[in-house]
Parts: sequence; structure tokens; C-alpha cells
Amino acid sequence: MALLEIKNLHATVDDKPILNGLDLTIGGGEVHAIMGPNGSGKSTLSYVLSGRDGYEVTGGEVLFDGKNLLEMEADERAREGVFLAFQYPVEIPGVTSITFLRTAVNAVRQHHGESPFDAMDFVKYIREKAAGLNVSDDMLKRAVNTGFSGGEKKRMEILQMAALDPKLAILDETDSGLDIDALKVVAEGVNAMRSDERGLLVITHYQRLLDYIVPDHVHVLAKGRIVKSGGKELAHELEESGYAEFLEDAA
Amino acid sequence: MAADAEALEQVRTIGEQYKYGFVTDIEADFAPKGLNEDIVRFISKKKEEPEWMLEWRLKAYRHWLTMEEPKWQKPQYPEIDFQDSYYYAAPKTGDKPKSLDEVDPQLLEVYEKLGIPLREQEVLAGVEGAPAVAVDAVFDSVSVATTYKAKLEEQGIIFCSISEAVREHPELVKQYLGSVVPYSDNYYATLNSAVFTDGSFVYIPKGKRCPMELSTYFRINAENTGQFERTLIIADEGSYVSYLEGCTAPQRDENQLHAAVVELVTLDDAEIKYSTVQNWYPGDEDGKGGIYNFVTKRAACRGKNSKVSWTQVETGSAITWKYPSCILQGDNSVGEFYSVAITNNAQLADTGTKMIHIGKNTRSRIISKGISAGKADQTYRGLVRIQRGANGARNYTQCDSLLIGDKCGAHTIPYIESQNPSAQVEHEATTSRIGEDQLFYCRQRGMDEEEAVALIVNGFCKEVLQTLPMEFAVEAQKLVGISLEGSVG
Ligand SMILES: Nc1ncnc2c1ncn2[C@@H]1O[C@H](COP(=O)(O)OP(=O)(O)O)[C@@H](O)[C@H]1O
Ligand SMILES: [Mg+2]
Repeated sequence: MALLEIKNLHATVDDKPILNGLDLTIGGGEVHAIMGPNGSGKSTLSYVLSGRDGYEVTGGEVLFDGKNLLEMEADERAREGVFLAFQYPVEIPGVTSITFLRTAVNAVRQHHGESPFDAMDFVKYIREKAAGLNVSDDMLKRAVNTGFSGGEKKRMEILQMAALDPKLAILDETDSGLDIDALKVVAEGVNAMRSDERGLLVITHYQRLLDYIVPDHVHVLAKGRIVKSGGKELAHELEESGYAEFLEDAA
Repeated sequence: MAADAEALEQVRTIGEQYKYGFVTDIEADFAPKGLNEDIVRFISKKKEEPEWMLEWRLKAYRHWLTMEEPKWQKPQYPEIDFQDSYYYAAPKTGDKPKSLDEVDPQLLEVYEKLGIPLREQEVLAGVEGAPAVAVDAVFDSVSVATTYKAKLEEQGIIFCSISEAVREHPELVKQYLGSVVPYSDNYYATLNSAVFTDGSFVYIPKGKRCPMELSTYFRINAENTGQFERTLIIADEGSYVSYLEGCTAPQRDENQLHAAVVELVTLDDAEIKYSTVQNWYPGDEDGKGGIYNFVTKRAACRGKNSKVSWTQVETGSAITWKYPSCILQGDNSVGEFYSVAITNNAQLADTGTKMIHIGKNTRSRIISKGISAGKADQTYRGLVRIQRGANGARNYTQCDSLLIGDKCGAHTIPYIESQNPSAQVEHEATTSRIGEDQLFYCRQRGMDEEEAVALIVNGFCKEVLQTLPMEFAVEAQKLVGISLEGSVG
């Protein structure tokens, strides 16, 4: 059984159709990349999968671990193991990153019948994960994403992913706004998370990220559908040819 | 009492709606219903008060008869029938207990249900090595248990019920009672002056730092009993005390009036930190049955370099109407007001502060965080007045409002009056809505909606909550979450 099965997915935002019959299957241990021009619906797909309000599914189905994903609330999906690294991580003033992380991790643990971490144990748990991502204690004490640089925000996203240990991680343009050194740190963090069970969906506009997070499959999204699929070499082809051919009327 | 057992059962079934709603069946020793000079005399007699105290009460009562109920505040409420209330109720425990062992176990059970922090429960239970938090437990209107009194007495610190102070320390009470909030001050303070039944009295002698937080839990327990607490705290030269009051109330169907008066006095170089966590029953979703909380709180910073800091976390009551204030008389004196007010469902709040700068180089700081949800409405109303002689006075005011949903309201009404050109007054105000993006971000990390709201709102209030004493800050954070349950979705 595949980890994620998307069949003929249609979705609208403000009654405007954005996804128009999207099919995609991700197996455990696989890394899929979705590439596509701006406005093609990449972020929309990530929000539909994670259950954001305002993104209305008008057709098709999504199975996650064999369960109907679309029936679950956003927080339930997260607790079941769907993680989204945001293209634009959100600021929460006054809430320290460590409190935020602990609240999230404990919500997921309790969902799985595990006992919540107390403050002391959590510090140990998170420090271990934070070290590899260059996240300092000082950063953990600052308010969530508040006054963070672009690189800090993305590192914090990956730290959250590491802390929550999801079954499926969707990374939405995690490379945007990063210089090459920051990109490498983030990519290493993601690669450390690769495992036989976990599925990764890496959304990006540029091929650059895929030099560091090497995908098993690459898909091109245009006008709300997957219009082409291939191996990792497809990313390089796109880098050469651009998206122009997919923007013409494909009919 | 069968009626109470029934109420208890009712409340149990409501359970989740109001976690702290319950009724105990300790018999109340009522004065007859209604208000007249005889009732005032009855109260004074019950309290074994000296003649001068009775005279003061009667003066207040007679003045009250000439006054009109104020109508300028934003929240309006149905007229209160003052003849339909009891003005005296005390639990029937006979003589005051000598130690906690003698305290009615039912009372201890009340504290348990109130969720009084374990540490204070230990103090109440007299556990060896329990932390130093003194609890002057007010049950209904009479102080039943006063702990750590002996330890405080060693330092010359007086911490007792106001009634006891009237009897045991008449010279201090005579000198200071009504010196900050005169008996004629305002409609509800005047009523309080006539019929106050209990409350706390604290005196910290010269140069003493009170070695523990002093804390009082209030609880309204008898049906139709207005609560008229009177608290007086005096910090003599160079002394310091931190005082906390907190309260919850049982589920009730009729509105209950609470009109307390709190007076604080700081002399030269003295400091009082006064923290309130107020969680009275807010009424049902339409506000029915909630408490009316009309309180007069005022501090006189009489001495030079003296300081008063008010922190309040207001989450309960159907209507909250209060303005803890500072009169900054002493040169270089400092007044602070840190406030979190949460209104949900049909709750109404009109709250804020007054900072009256009289002395030179007086400073004040106001941080107000208002959160409105449901169809609740709240107003920040603040006055900063710089008198002519207050050279170099400074004020900083910051009022932030957070709205949850689109049926609630928030209003900011700052009054600034400056008669001294050397004064600096700064005012900042923001209004924002809880962000869909913030909520989604939290939910995407596995938090349910209520947990997400509690987290975001606690972040919004952080600046204020962190001024609370540590052990109460934790309680207050929980309260923020409880108060906003059901506010989204
Ligand atoms: N909240 C929204 N309201 C209205 N239109 C939206 C919203 N979000 C996305 N869209 C529209 O949906 C289309 C796809 O956007 P998006 O999924 O963000 O694309 P991508 O991530 O591939 O750049 C765009 O035309 C965009 O304008
Ligand atoms: Mg996008």
C-alpha cells in the first residue's frame, strides 16, 4: 500500500479552480519533487493536503496510509503524520520556539498514547535534534519566527519536522530566500530524515535544491495537473528548457 | 440542605462548561435581607466593632442614600435591587480555628476544587517544609483560616482580616482606612464603606521585606449575597510586600454584585506589588447568572521613591468595571499597571487605570492587553494626569487589543491631561485579529484549535503575565486557555 495516493484531485480557492485532476502516488521511503511555474498550484496542493481552511476539494480522493485524508481536520492530519514546512513560516510573538515545539510534540505524542515530555526532558530531546541544524539555545528561546532571518526560519521548519517525526513531509519552496551555505544546512537536515518509511514531497521552482536533496521522482505541475513525470534527470532538463512548453495550451 | 445538594448535582452536570462551578452546603448565618441602618448596626455588632467604626459606616450609609448609581460606563446592566440582597453571611464554624486541623474539611475540599496550586494546598495542609505562601482564606465573608501568622508576627508584619485589624490595631485602621478611597468616593465604594464584611489588612513595618507572597482567595458562596470586601495594605518606610488575590465562584442563576474596595499606602522607599487573578463566574453564554464586579482599587504613593505595581488578569465576571489607580504624591514615586482582560461570549469589561502625577519626577507605566471573543465587548479607559508641580513626570502607555471572531468589540479611551510642560507622555495602541495563518500554523503542528488559541493569546499577554509571581503565572496561563474555550470555530 502506498503511503499517499492522490487520485483525480480537484480543488478551488474562492470558487476559482486551481487543481484540475491531479494524480500522484508516493510510497514509503520515496522522495518526490514537484516543480512548476509560479502560480501553477504547488502551494495550493500543499495546503489541500494539510487541510487548510478555504481550500475546497471539489473532486477526487486522497488516501494516506489507506485512510481518507480529506475527512480529517488539519490538526488531526498533523497528528497522524502529515507535516508541511511552510514557504512563509508564520510569526507568533511572545511564544518561545521551545514552548511551541513542546506543545506540538506533546500533542502528537498524546495522540499516539505516549506520555507528554516535561520541560526538562524536552530540552534534552530538542537539543539533540537542534545541534545538527545549527539551532542554538538562544534561538529556541526567541519567539517563534519573530525577527528570524530567512535562513533561521527555514532551519526552524526543519527542526520542527525532525522533532515531530512525520510519515509524510511536504517541503514548500524550502530553498527560497536561502544562500548556498544555508541551503546546504537545510538539505543535510532533510537528508538525515530520509528513511524507508517516510515519504518526502519536495516542492521547488528551481532545480538547485534537488542537487542536495536528490529525488527519486520528479513531476511537473502546470495548470493544476501533473503534466510530466520522470527521474531526477528531468529536473536538469527543466533547468535547460524552462517551463514555457507547459504554459502553452496543452490541449 | 437539599437545595444545595441539588445545585451541586446540577453543577456537576455542567462540569465542562464552568470547571470551577460548585456549591458547598455550609450553612450561612444570614442577616435579614435588605439594607437599612439596622443592618449596618447588625454587621458592626457581629464584627464586635468599636463605636467609631460604626459611626464611620453610618456616615457612609447616609451619604450613599443621597447618591445616584453611575451611568457613564460602557457596560449597562439591569438595575440592582439593593433591598433584595443579604449583606451579612458567615459560615457557621463557631469560634475561629486555632490551626488548620480545626478547619472544616469541607472548606479544604473547596480549595481542592478551586485548583489551588499544590504548593498552597501543602501550606494549607500544614505539610512540613511547604513553601512560604501565606493564605488568608476568605470563605464567604469571614476569614476562616490565617496561616503563617506567627512567622509574620516575628517580623512585626501584620496580616489579618480587616475585622480583626479593627479590633486589634485600631490606631492603624483609624489612620489609614478611607484615606485613599474616602467613604464618599463613589456609589459602590460608599456602599462598601457602609456594609463591608471582610477583607484583608496588611501592615509591613519600617525596613522589612515580607518574606513570602501574601495571598488571599475569595469565594462567593451564599446565594444573593453581595460581597463587600475591604482591603487595606500599608507599606511603611523602606518596606516591601507582594500580595495576590484570586477568586472563582459557584454556578448561580442570579446576578451577584461584588463591590470591593482596596486601598494601598506606600511611605518613603516602600513598594507594594499587588497581583489579581480574577475568575468569577461569567454567566452562561448569554451572560445570565454572572458576577458583577464593580471594584474600587487605589494606591497612594505617599513617600518619596515609593512604588506600587498593579498586575491584573481578569477573565471572569459578567461585567467587570474597575480602574486600579496610583496617586503619585512622593517625589520619584513610580506607578505601574499591567493588565490582561479577557472577555468571551457575552462578557463586558470596562477597565483601565488612573495615574495621577503630583510629585516631581514621578513615573508611570501602563501595559494593557485586551482580548475579546464571542460577542463580548471591552473598553480600556485610562487617565494620565500630570499636575502642575510634577516636573519631569513621565508616562508610557501601551494598549493592545486582540479580537477573536467578528462579533466582538474593543475600544480604547485614553484621557491625557498635562499641566506641566516638562512632562513626557507616550501612548501607543494597536488592535489586531488573531490570524488565520497563525491558527493554521499551530494546527499543522498538531495542536487542536483551543490549544492553538491558548498558545497564541498567552504569547500576546506575555509581557503582563511575566510580571506575576512565578507560581501564579503558571495558573494564569492555564486560565487564559480555559477562558477562551469555544471561542473559535
Ligand atoms: N488564498 C488565495 N486566494 C485566491 N487565490 C489564490 C489563493 N492562493 C492561491 N491562489 C491562486 O491560486 C493559483 C495557484 O497558486 P499557488 O498554489 O500559490 O501557486 P504556486 O505555489 O505554484 O506558485 C494562483 O493563480 C494564485 O493566484
Ligand atoms: Mg508557492
